[in-house]
Amino acid sequence: MKTLGLIFNRVIYAAILLAAVLVLNFTLMHLAPGDVADTISQSMGGADEELLIEIRKDYGLDQPYYVQLGTYIGKVLRFDLGHSFFFNEPVADLVLERVPATLLLVITAQFLAMIFGVIMGVYSARKPNGITSYFVTFFALFGYSAPVFWTGILLLIGFSLQIPLFPVAGMRDVTISGGFWVHAIDIIRHMVLPVITLASIFLALYSRLARATMIETLSTDYVRTARAKGLSETQVVYKHALRNSLSPVVTLAGLQFSAVVSGAVLVEAVFSWPGLGTLAFQSIIARDTPTILGILFFSALVVIVGNLLTDLALRFVDPRVGASK
Amino acid sequence: MKQFSRNLAAAISLLVVTATGAAADGPNKGGTLVTVLGSNVRNLNSAVQSGIVTGYPGAQLFASPLRYDDSWTPQPYLAESWDVSDDGMMVTLNLVKGATFHDGQPITSSDVAFSVEVIKNNHPFKSMFAPVETVETPNKHTAILKLSKPHPALMLAMSGQLMSIIPEHIYGDVPINEVKTHPRNNENVVGSGPFKLVEFKNGEHVILERYDGFFMEGRPYLDKIVMRIITDPAARSIAYENGEVHMGAFESLPRIINRLKKVDGLNVTAEGYGGIGPLDWLAINTTKGPLADVRVRKAIAYAIDKNFIMKAIMQGTAEDSRTGIHPDSPFYSADVEAYDLDLDKANALLDEAGYPKNDDTRFSVTIDFGWPGVKPQVEYVKASLKKVGIDVVVRASADFPTWAKRMGTMDFDLSWDTVFNWGDPVIGVHRTYDSTNIAKGVWSNTQGYSNARVDEIMQMAAVENDPEKRKALYSEFQAIIADEVPVYHVNTLPYHTVYSDKIGNPPIGIWATSSPIDMVYLKD
Repeated sequence: MKTLGLIFNRVIYAAILLAAVLVLNFTLMHLAPGDVADTISQSMGGADEELLIEIRKDYGLDQPYYVQLGTYIGKVLRFDLGHSFFFNEPVADLVLERVPATLLLVITAQFLAMIFGVIMGVYSARKPNGITSYFVTFFALFGYSAPVFWTGILLLIGFSLQIPLFPVAGMRDVTISGGFWVHAIDIIRHMVLPVITLASIFLALYSRLARATMIETLSTDYVRTARAKGLSETQVVYKHALRNSLSPVVTLAGLQFSAVVSGAVLVEAVFSWPGLGTLAFQSIIARDTPTILGILFFSALVVIVGNLLTDLALRFVDPRVGASK
Repeated sequence: MKQFSRNLAAAISLLVVTATGAAADGPNKGGTLVTVLGSNVRNLNSAVQSGIVTGYPGAQLFASPLRYDDSWTPQPYLAESWDVSDDGMMVTLNLVKGATFHDGQPITSSDVAFSVEVIKNNHPFKSMFAPVETVETPNKHTAILKLSKPHPALMLAMSGQLMSIIPEHIYGDVPINEVKTHPRNNENVVGSGPFKLVEFKNGEHVILERYDGFFMEGRPYLDKIVMRIITDPAARSIAYENGEVHMGAFESLPRIINRLKKVDGLNVTAEGYGGIGPLDWLAINTTKGPLADVRVRKAIAYAIDKNFIMKAIMQGTAEDSRTGIHPDSPFYSADVEAYDLDLDKANALLDEAGYPKNDDTRFSVTIDFGWPGVKPQVEYVKASLKKVGIDVVVRASADFPTWAKRMGTMDFDLSWDTVFNWGDPVIGVHRTYDSTNIAKGVWSNTQGYSNARVDEIMQMAAVENDPEKRKALYSEFQAIIADEVPVYHVNTLPYHTVYSDKIGNPPIGIWATSSPIDMVYLKD
C-alpha cells in the first residue's frame, strides 16, 4: 500500500513538474532574440525578407506569445509534441529515435562506473592511508576533473589513431553486413571509447562516496561485533558492511539519472553518438523550440522515473527506508 | 550562338578526351566511398533548400541541366545542348533523350518547368530565376525559358545544386509553395541524378546507391556512397587520418588543414570553391556615427594588418580577397586599393575626418561576431584599432540567431562576417551592396550602403550578355567598393577538400561536392 501511495504522489508531482518545465522553457526560448527562421536562413546561406516572413508565418511564429504557448500546451495535452521546425519531422519520432542510443550509452557508463567505483572505494577504504588508496583517489579525481571532450579526443588519438583498435565516430559501421552478432559486436566496438569517457566522470563520484561510507561503516559497533564473532574479513566487509554502505551509492545513482542529457551532450558530440545529447545541442543552436521542449519533456520524464526507481531500490537495499514512517 | 557552338565543340573534345582516357587506364568501377558531412542535413531536396550540407547529397540525387568544369565553362549534363537567343531573352534547353527518374518515369520538359516553379517559390535565392517569366514545353525534350530581361546569371544558376530537376509526379501533389515541407524530401526520394537514396538517418548518415538507369552511359563509377555525419572537426580529422573516411569537403580550421597536409596518403586542396565563393570580411555599419565618414572606414582598413590575419590566424590556408567577389571567379579584379598596413595614413585620415585624439582615444565603437571561430580576428581588430586611437568594445552573441538579429536590424557598428558568392555575382554578391536590400535580415545589405553608381552598375551587369563588357562593369564595381569600404574585405574562408590517395577524380570543379561526383572512383 505504502508503495502504491508513493507512486500516486509521484505521478501528481510529475504532472506539475512537467507543466512547469514546458511553460518555463517555452518562455525562455521566446525571450531570446532571434528565432528558427534565422537559423533556417543560415543553413541555406541566406534568405530574403519575404522568405523569412513566410517561414515565421508557416510555423506560427508571427502570433503573440500567449497564443503560441496556448497552441503548444493544447497539443501536448493531446499527446502531440508537435513538428520540428528545423528537421521537418515529428518531434516524438525524432526524440524516440535517439532515446535508445543515449540510454545505451548512459546506462552502460553508469553501471560500469558504479561497479568499478564501489570496488575501488571499498578497496581503498580497507586501507585508507595505503598507497593503493592514494592511487585510486588520484585516478578517480583525474577522471573527474579532466574535461570530457579532452578525455574523449585523447582516447581517440590513442586508440583510434596511434593504436587503431576502435572506430572514431558513430554507433555502427553501415558498410559491414552480417547477422545479429556481427552487428552487436560492431556496436560494442563503437561503444568502448564513449563509455570509458563518460564513465570517467562518474567513477570519481562513486568511488569517493563508497570509500567514505565504507570507512564510516567499518568503524561501527556491529562491524566490530561481527569481527568479534570471528567472521572472516571478507565476510565482514562484503556481507555486513557493504550492504549498509550501498544506500548512499544507490541514491547517487538515481540523482545521476538527470545526467542522461546533460552529461552525455559533450561525449555524444565528440564521438558523433546519435543520441539525445547531440539532438539537444543542435536544436538549441537552431532555436528549434518544439524539439528542445520535446527533449526536456523526455528528460524530465526520465528523471522522474529514475527517482521513483531509486526510492523503490532503496527500500530493497535498506528495509528501514520504508518502515520509518 | 557563336559562344554556344564553341562550348559544344569544347564539350565534344572533352568527351572524346575523357573517353580515350578511360580506354587507356580506365577508372575503376564499383566500391563504396565513405565520406563525411560536417553537420546535420535539414532537407535532401536541393530544389527547396540551399546550403553546402544539402548540396552534397542533393547534387547526387538530383541532376541539373548544366555542369561546370574547373575553368568556369558550362558542360552538357541533363541538357545535352542549349541555346541562348541573340537578344538574350530566351534560353532553350534540349534534354537528354531517354533520361529517367529513379522510379523509371521519363524526365521531361514539363518536369523542368515544374522544377523552375518550385525553385522560384521555395528556394531562398530569388535572384536566380526571378527574370524567368514562363517555361514553354513545345515537346518532351525541349524546355524554353522565356525571360523578362537578359539574364546571364542563369547559366551558373542552372548548374550544381542550384537547379535540381525534381519529378512533378511526386512533388506535384501539394501546393507549389509547400514543396519545402513535402514528406518525400527526406524519405523515398525519387531523384534524377547519378545516385539514389537508400537510407537517411538524421544525425547518423545518408546512404546512396548507384542508379543503374542514369542518363550518362557508364556513370557513375561508384556503387555506393556512405555520407557519415560527424560534426566534431577533430573527430573528422582523425577519421581521415586512420582511413575510416576517404573524402570530405568544407574543412575550414587552419590548424586541422595544416595537420592533415602532413599526413601520408592524404591530399588536401583548396581547389573547387570558386563557385561557392566563401569570403571573410569586416562589415561596417555605414550609417552610424563616425563610421558614416568614408575617411574613417579607410582609416580602419589601413590600421588592420591583413598579413597578420593571413599568417598568424589563418596560418597560410586562406587567400587574400580584396573585393566582394571571390578571387577564383572570372569577374574578380585584384586591381583595387589593397590597404596595406599604414598607421600614419590611418591617423592622418582620422584627424582629417575631425576625430582628434583625446587622451589616446578618438572615439569608441563596438564589434560583433556570430560564432566562436572568428573571435581571434575580432580581438585582433580591437588591438589594431587601439593603435590609431579607436576604442573597440567586443560584443559576444549567445548564439547565431542573436547575432543574426543584430545584423539584420543593423544594430551594430563593426562585425566579422562570412558571406558566400554562390556562383554568379547576381546571386550572392549584389545582395551586400544593393541599396534596395538594406537591413532585410542577415546577409542582406546590413551595412546600409547606398551608392547610385553601384546600383546602376549592378543593374547593367545583371543584363549584360557580353562576358567582356560584364567583366569591365564588375571591375568598376569592385574599384568603387574597395574605395568606399562599406565592407573591409580580408580573406577567403579557407574551405579545403581532404581526400585519400585511393580517390580518383576528386571533386575539384568550381562547385566542390555541391556537384555530381559521378566521375569519382576508388583506385585499387
